Amino acid sequence: MPKIIKNESIVDDSWLLLKLTDGESAESVALPNASVLLPLAVWQVRKAEIVARGREIGVWLESGESPEAIADELDHFTVIGVNFPKFTDGRSYSTARLLRERYGYRGEIRALGDVLQDQLFFMKRCGIDAYAVRADKDIEKALAGLHTFSETYQAAVDQPQPLFRRRVA
Amino acid sequence: MYRYDSIDQQIIDERVTQYRDQIARNLAGDLSEDELRPLRLQNGLYIQRHGPMLRIAIPYGMLAAAQLRKLADISRRYDRSVGHFTTRQNMQLNWPKFEETPEILGELATVEMHAVQTSGNCIRNITTDCFAGVAPDELTDPRPWCEVLRQWSTFHPEFAFLPRKFKIAVNGAAQDRAVIRAHDIGLEIVRNDTGEWGVKVFVGGGLGRTPILGKVVRKFLPRQHLLSYLDAVLRVYNRHGRRDNMYKARIKILVQALGVEEFGRQVEAEWSHLKDGPTTLTDDEFERIAAHFAAPAYAALPAEDLGYAAHLKDDKGFANWAKRSVHGHKAPGYAAVTLSLKKTGAAPGDITDLQMEAVADLADRFSFAELRVSHEQNVVLSDVRKSDLYEVWQIARANDLATPNIGLLTDIICCPGGDLCALANARSVPVAEAVQKVFDDLDYLHDIGDISLNISGCMNSCGHHHVAAIGILGIDKSGEEWYQITIGGQQGNSATIGSVIGPSFSAGDVPGVIEALINVYLENRTPSERFIDTVQRLGLAPFKERAYAGRETRRGTNSSERKVANA
Repeated sequence: MPKIIKNESIVDDSWLLLKLTDGESAESVALPNASVLLPLAVWQVRKAEIVARGREIGVWLESGESPEAIADELDHFTVIGVNFPKFTDGRSYSTARLLRERYGYRGEIRALGDVLQDQLFFMKRCGIDAYAVRADKDIEKALAGLHTFSETYQAAVDQPQPLFRRRVA
Repeated sequence: MYRYDSIDQQIIDERVTQYRDQIARNLAGDLSEDELRPLRLQNGLYIQRHGPMLRIAIPYGMLAAAQLRKLADISRRYDRSVGHFTTRQNMQLNWPKFEETPEILGELATVEMHAVQTSGNCIRNITTDCFAGVAPDELTDPRPWCEVLRQWSTFHPEFAFLPRKFKIAVNGAAQDRAVIRAHDIGLEIVRNDTGEWGVKVFVGGGLGRTPILGKVVRKFLPRQHLLSYLDAVLRVYNRHGRRDNMYKARIKILVQALGVEEFGRQVEAEWSHLKDGPTTLTDDEFERIAAHFAAPAYAALPAEDLGYAAHLKDDKGFANWAKRSVHGHKAPGYAAVTLSLKKTGAAPGDITDLQMEAVADLADRFSFAELRVSHEQNVVLSDVRKSDLYEVWQIARANDLATPNIGLLTDIICCPGGDLCALANARSVPVAEAVQKVFDDLDYLHDIGDISLNISGCMNSCGHHHVAAIGILGIDKSGEEWYQITIGGQQGNSATIGSVIGPSFSAGDVPGVIEALINVYLENRTPSERFIDTVQRLGLAPFKERAYAGRETRRGTNSSERKVANA
């Protein structure tokens, strides 16, 4: 079974990631009989059917897709994936913060795609709490990336007070 | 200046550990070149033409004498005993060994220095006026604002992978000496009608391939909202800036596409959620930081110094230097001094290890052990007693730091260019030197007066050629170096992008073309006009006509000349 980092430890992962390939459409793609992270488009066109399955629901957002698209429906989701198509594409950091800080999502936010050790610290700060580390990388070693810095200047999800409100004079 | 507390130090120490591990993983084959690239860039490490280049951060240009001594030491032990000051007030080392860069960062950390975010698609070093805190025309010292921004931008978790680099500059004086409108965000510190401090926010400026001056997106932003508002600007940019084409990825393109009104509306909408949140800056924090920039213990001195006045009268060499290098100061009896790094024959902005030590000694003895780097690539001693100026000049002169050309034609802003930089299309340093040689007569140079001449070796425009009275841009045409010339650009409150005068010239023609442009000015100027004023009055035509008279264009440097130049 594939492994991910969740809550700072390595765990088995039972979720399937569904991606639409060429020729597949959101309307007609077969939904596996499992816990599935669905593309946003599939969720949007087949909500009633998906909810009726009675399974846990996951959805994932491409880096250019807005959290606003699901902001009113967050209660449905056990997992929201945020994709990093390239690790230099930083849009999903904003997406994760908005899901947590503006829309109050408390379920799992999972980093997908080009997820490497050296991004994990920033991801954690932005409210991502699960990491599907790229399969060719050593997930054990990647864990260290969650603890690069012991202190931070800015307010973020993991530490809502900026350093200047916590500094002892 | 700002000194680290234990937390600031710990963060920088942990950065060294992180970087050391990244380089080790790369050498061990666990981190590919492609994966390392954005990580090393965010630590200032480029891979250049001849090897690595390390860009060391000098936050808003402030250096302590002890820090400069450390840079001298590092340049000697890890490089070729020379450093290069950039137009963003940083220092570049051009010959470090890749494997030794973690050691260099470790050394830097011992003097509260680093290379954090000096490159990469993130928030870069904050820049400001090199006369901050001492300029007579200053409303308030911009450095505490810069330090607030430095801390906010350091390892900002949301904005480490922006569409493109992001530069912020701050001005707190009546005259803008920080070119704030050529930055992604320019902040002009102002006071509103009720006396409250805040900033006027310019957005979407930048040079590069598409030079654009920043536009006002908010006329007055109260100080406490500085960080939350910038979070909103950066978030709109991070989400909506283009990522499909790196040449269209700067915020200026987004602002242009949306229009500044619509961009501003989106920022306000985002900000409405962030405003008054925890990131709201407290007065306590501002005061804590501002206390680090309190004025040094100035002696009570008469405004004028008789000895200084006598030396000015008796020593023409000193008077020539003082005329260009000594600047006004808030405190009576004090002056700011620019030490020139523009001696003909040295690459503009280059400083040797021995010069660094000499400058550090000067700062220790005469200027409260601090100094600044100017974006014009010179060094400034900010707090010198007028009674000490003569001795400072003598020491500076003995160290080749007293060329009396500050603000004159040979005070050239110049990027490292094709000799070193992997991005460059053409060499820039030899062109600077060729121009300096033509204008080596001091009386002639002083007669020409205030003028800026800036050279960039490629469209990235690190040499800020767009905002120079005369700008020179190196371009590549079928493997040959050519130089396009612009005139009429300027920095300051009336910042203007220069206009291209026509087809490009060969390297050999450039000095003659500059001479032709200067001659048009000298023949036509009114007694009070600077070069830029004459250009504005006459327009491009007479300059263009003279520049091309009897000259062939588009003739490349021939290959034998090139070989000699590279020998």
